[in-house]
Amino acid sequence: MSSTTRIVTCIVCPEGCKVSVSTDGDTITAVSGHGCRRGLGYARQEAVAPMRTLTTSVRVSGGVLSLVSVKTSAPVPRERLLDIMTCVRRCCLSAPVSQGQVVLTNVLELGVDLVATRSVERGSPATVHEPPHGG
Amino acid sequence: MKSDYDLIIIGGGPAGLAAAVGAVENGVHDILIIERERFLGGILNQCIHTGFGLREFGEELTGPEYAQRFEDRVLQAGISCLVDAMVLDVTRDKHVVVISPVHGRLEFTARAIVLAMGCRERTRGALMVAGTRPAGVMTAGTAQRLMNLEGYLPGQNIVILGSGDIGLIMARRFTLEGANVSAVLEVMPYSTGLTRNVVQCLNDYGIPLMLSHTVTSVHGAKRVSGVTVSEVDIGRNPLPGTEQDIACDTLITSVGLIPENELSRRAGVELDLATGGAIVNQRLETSVPGVFACGNVLQVHDLVDNVSEEARHAGANAADLIAGRLAPKQRTIRVIPGRGIRYVVPQYVDVHEADEHTVLSMRPDDVFRQATVEVVADGRDVPLARFRRRHLTPGEMVTVNVDSAVFRTCAQYVSVRVV
Ligand SMILES: Cc1cc2nc3c(=O)[nH]c(=O)nc-3n(C[C@H](O)[C@H](O)[C@H](O)COP(=O)(O)OP(=O)(O)OC[C@H]3O[C@@H](n4cnc5c(N)ncnc54)[C@H](O)[C@@H]3O)c2cc1C
Ligand code: SF4
Repeated sequence: MSSTTRIVTCIVCPEGCKVSVSTDGDTITAVSGHGCRRGLGYARQEAVAPMRTLTTSVRVSGGVLSLVSVKTSAPVPRERLLDIMTCVRRCCLSAPVSQGQVVLTNVLELGVDLVATRSVERGSPATVHEPPHGG
Repeated sequence: MKSDYDLIIIGGGPAGLAAAVGAVENGVHDILIIERERFLGGILNQCIHTGFGLREFGEELTGPEYAQRFEDRVLQAGISCLVDAMVLDVTRDKHVVVISPVHGRLEFTARAIVLAMGCRERTRGALMVAGTRPAGVMTAGTAQRLMNLEGYLPGQNIVILGSGDIGLIMARRFTLEGANVSAVLEVMPYSTGLTRNVVQCLNDYGIPLMLSHTVTSVHGAKRVSGVTVSEVDIGRNPLPGTEQDIACDTLITSVGLIPENELSRRAGVELDLATGGAIVNQRLETSVPGVFACGNVLQVHDLVDNVSEEARHAGANAADLIAGRLAPKQRTIRVIPGRGIRYVVPQYVDVHEADEHTVLSMRPDDVFRQATVEVVADGRDVPLARFRRRHLTPGEMVTVNVDSAVFRTCAQYVSVRVV
């Protein structure tokens, strides 16, 4: 079999190392250029099947905010991100929501949950009186 | 309500919260945090993506989760927080005027103040883009707020001007929400956002990043219908003959942030033109004694972990000042940016016997590979400290930890340069 080498930019930390991963068919034969061990694991995974953590938001009724931010409890296959979004869009919660609460279990049978990343207490969303201050 | 505090912190974002934690750790508990929004946490409330806290907590958190950890510490320490209350005025003698829909006008005095008001986005007015002024042009931060806090999708066909982190993050956010992002344009020949954001926000979704390109006109009567984009030369001038039209209903701008220093000016704090923030010494104390600054109001940060670290330091120093623990300074050394460096914070170092090390934060003015950051004293040629860096880019703040002995051997100034 012929061996191929590709460059993977590590996204685990802001350093952004360019890691070179050589593969022979489905086996990884060499990895170099990673600045740390986390990057090694990332690059090996990225070369065969890229995984990402999805973050988005879900509607909430009866809360001080009309949305609650959520994330997948673990990275999911990159090519399934848009499918998960379709499924999340149908979801609606009622306040209160607490941080860490599971919003959807075993999303699309992928073995990960969708978890709230903030709390939303009961109440009514105030109209925004300040111009957004950006960031 | 009580009106005198040891320490008043203006702004309840990550900087304000960490400053409070730093002060508590140094023995000051009589603290008031004043925040104009209904929630603490600042800009992190709308940053629902991950990428926060790797350094501070050793794990990757979303913005709201990161904010919650600091909020919990602040609330556990019993610190008073006044939310939905906007500071209108601060004076040199540390008198603070606040307006709140619930309490009306309030006045406070403090022995020390920490300024932690964050920054705001540069708007299109500052961009000088030709064309009409139709609806559908907004900053990336505004779009982020509309989508992540209010649940409103501002458009379907998007062009993003500027490759700053907020623009990159929003390119992905729009795509996930079903909108189409045609391109991200960057006037510079490199991305001004973090590499990891180019990879996971653009490359993952096949969104083109057009470097050395800018928007030269905006079309549309009531609503944006498209933009003309052109390539630019190294002087950022559009090159004739390279124009192309891209249809879109929304133009998102992500062209930089400006520290929000109106209040600092009112207090008589001197500002640095290069950072847009206060001129400070290594304790992050401004030109007004007892007034400290940290976070994005001092200098624009890319990483919240750096904000927390800087702010904790400011809070700890404010506590030392309140407790009368600050050693008298022997003399003051200026810190000036040399070759390859756009700015350095702090701008001054007060030389004290007791200091062990001093953190200098800076931004390079260009991309450098395998570079060394050098600290040189009084125009001499031999560097007193050297720090190797694999990669320097204007998009990423650099910090170096200098042994304070360096400043003690120096007479008037040090300069920091890249070689
Ligand atoms: C889109 C985006 C993406 C980012 N991505 C990352 C990332 O992936 N990883 C990372 O580590 N960092 C990231 N950052 C950077 C990080 O979030 C910021 O650097 C940090 O939030 C700055 O903190 P701050 O407290 O200085 O400012 P802010 O968070 O802006 O807080 C300032 C606070 O002061 C309040 N205030 C201002 N004026 C007044 C007044 N007059 N009276 C009362 N209150 C006032 C404001 O309401 C606000 O709450 C990102 C930022 C943005 C915007
Ligand atoms: S390899 Fe390690 S140091 Fe390099 S970007 Fe990845 S996590 Fe960061």
